[in-house]
Amino acid sequence: MSGGLYSMQSKEFDKTLDLEKVKPYGDTMNDGKVQLSFTLPVPMGDEAIEAAKQLIRQMGFENPQVVYYKELTPGFTFFNCYGSTIHTVNFNNIYVPKVESGKMDMHETDDYIREQIGRPLVIVGASTGTDAHTVGIDAIMNMKGYAGHYGLERYEMIDAYNLGSQVPNEEFIAKAIELGADALLVSQTVTQKDVHIKNLVELVELMEAEGLRDKLILVCGGPRLSHELAKELGYDAGFGMNSYADDVASYISQEFVRRSSVKKNKI
Amino acid sequence: MVAGGRKSSKREDRIDLLNFKDKMQSKLGLDFKRVEHARDLSGKIAAEVQKFVDNYTTVAVERTLCRLMGIDGVDSNEVPLPNIVVDELKEKGVLNQGALYFLGNAMAATGLTPQQVAEGISDGTIDITRVAAQNKEKIESVLAPVIEESISRIRKRRMRREEYLNTIGEGPKPYLYVIVATGNIYEDVVQAEAAARQGADIIAVIRTTGQSLLDYVPFGATTEGFGGTFATQENFRIMRSALDKVGEEVGRYIRLCNYCSGLCMPEIAVMGAFEGLDVMLNDALYGILFRDINMQRTLVDQFFSRAINSFAGVIINTGEDNYLTTADAFEEAHTVLASDFINEQLALLAGLPPAQMGLGHAFEMDPELENGFLYELAQAQMTREIFPDAPLKYMPPTKFMTGNIFRGHIQDALFNIVGVWTNQGIQLLGMPTEAIHTPFMADRYLSIENAKYIFSTMKGLGNEVEFKEGGIIKSRAKEVLENSILLLEKIENEGLFLALEKGLFGDVKRARTGGKGLSGVVGKGDNYVNPFIKIMLGGK
Repeated sequence: MSGGLYSMQSKEFDKTLDLEKVKPYGDTMNDGKVQLSFTLPVPMGDEAIEAAKQLIRQMGFENPQVVYYKELTPGFTFFNCYGSTIHTVNFNNIYVPKVESGKMDMHETDDYIREQIGRPLVIVGASTGTDAHTVGIDAIMNMKGYAGHYGLERYEMIDAYNLGSQVPNEEFIAKAIELGADALLVSQTVTQKDVHIKNLVELVELMEAEGLRDKLILVCGGPRLSHELAKELGYDAGFGMNSYADDVASYISQEFVRRSSVKKNKI
Repeated sequence: MVAGGRKSSKREDRIDLLNFKDKMQSKLGLDFKRVEHARDLSGKIAAEVQKFVDNYTTVAVERTLCRLMGIDGVDSNEVPLPNIVVDELKEKGVLNQGALYFLGNAMAATGLTPQQVAEGISDGTIDITRVAAQNKEKIESVLAPVIEESISRIRKRRMRREEYLNTIGEGPKPYLYVIVATGNIYEDVVQAEAAARQGADIIAVIRTTGQSLLDYVPFGATTEGFGGTFATQENFRIMRSALDKVGEEVGRYIRLCNYCSGLCMPEIAVMGAFEGLDVMLNDALYGILFRDINMQRTLVDQFFSRAINSFAGVIINTGEDNYLTTADAFEEAHTVLASDFINEQLALLAGLPPAQMGLGHAFEMDPELENGFLYELAQAQMTREIFPDAPLKYMPPTKFMTGNIFRGHIQDALFNIVGVWTNQGIQLLGMPTEAIHTPFMADRYLSIENAKYIFSTMKGLGNEVEFKEGGIIKSRAKEVLENSILLLEKIENEGLFLALEKGLFGDVKRARTGGKGLSGVVGKGDNYVNPFIKIMLGGK
């Protein structure tokens, strides 16, 4: 160790947060520190480590460090690495489309529906297509809800129907008509090879063919979905990670009221 | 306990003996008279179900019989020949007499093999329902050698496994169970070999999403699947052969697991029996609750699939852990135990010994719950003591895995601690990336490393630690047992069908005539025969 260790002189380092040039933060502003882990399909050895470092550099990192490596099976080497990114983003220029409705809790939503709509909203949900996962739709709809947010079944002014998993799109639409749905919730958990996209698009196409698309509020949700993607696919709204029943209920009730007032104005 | 070629096996025998003595006196102070009461209730529930099962068959059961007669392959439209035979009988309205009666009759009349008869039906040269009726003895005599051949095929497969266990041996319990799920069987092999070299004992090839709802089993090797790989007989063969090789390399028999669930429970069972699968997900109620398969269909199918698994020496896994993905793990723990009791009794009726019952339970409590670990520990120990001879299948946290891979790794570590502490049989390793993607090769490595570390550093913990009288753990175990008895009393009173209609498991309600596959259920007619049941239940 050099004598510099004992020097109390402040070094030149950057303390400025510049929102036009934001970098990752490790323990010092603008240090750009990122942790990465990946596997390369090559045998373990000095060449593998060098390959990992070169790859990290090409990803836009300075000072690549391979802190751990392990051959998982002959011909596959796993790495834990650090590097400092050279890239920045302009945080001031970021625009993310969002569901634009004020968030209300369960009681507020119930009151809102009672006053503004005067009857319970019928919401039908399912995990559609071949997707067997009910965890998403259950988190939103089941009485108990998830992480302290009550599900739609508990709302006094919402008639919630959870059709479960692996519901074919045709069956889903038929049930929606039968129940007189005001809104449909589609949950998609399995996303391998974009199977969820095909399935979500198919539902929109079927609804358009049935002339139903404009009559219902159509919402999708799942861990790999965003509002932006949902809009692209022809949905009214999309809810990704960290969304709960109150987000969904607030949106649907306000959107329903907004649409009714548009209709009234037209008349 | 299998005496493998490994030095450690004798020492393990001794530990097992110690555990055996422990079993005699409950660490939790459980009242085993109450446990016996629960078993009696479940026995009655299962007997009621069996009365129903005995009088019915299904399209899946009949296709299984076709496969047991050696019928295999597909027609030019990729329709499996067993489906062609059974659909023909169903369309003609004579499925109630059973596939074996018609096949045997056609064989006796024409001298053709079952495969040739099936091909004849497929190309329209044979109308199996219009072949002149042969006498019963003649039919039996043409069927007998074919039956014997397929029984001996399964028996040989079983002996092959036993031979491996007696020579290269197996890993210690809890077995490390990991999944592969690339969708491509050849890529699955690469992942499975890597996992075996890292220490996995059981490789489960997750099925493609949606296969459970197919009323047929696809044919041949497959390379396209979503979230998993098609279960086909050829895929079973490819993976079994790869695991035999890697097992010899690492000096440990590597078990292969797949899924006897959905609309083809017994068909998958027989394919697994032919190809040397070792573990099968094979729950009596899972399909009803979580795939909305009709309850009559599933209860008939589960019986024959379990009889086959029993005869093939396959360990079944039950799916109670799934209840806790829809219902709360703390409040609904007793439903898991009640279902374990029912699954045990239904399994006994299908000839499965406790050593082949991987009864399910799970570590699924909310991490925010104070003392949640103590409750998990209590329940795992309770399950161990109530089913001392079953290689319990213990499921990792999934519901509260969030995408925070770092906390997830800790949740999995806590789960592994409970697993080794309470001597679970099959530890389904949780992945830090649960809820993000099907496991990467490196995810599996991290999980196996996690489990091996904990299983080694805490190996003897269970034999050292006792639980405090009147403490949280003992009280919790007692409470769950008592609640499960209350539930079983209710079910015994109402019958399992009504219990399912009322949503007593996993908060899921199913109608007796609802769900998928009911049209494939028929009452057995006068000519109906299935000699395999008797042979398979009759032992080895």
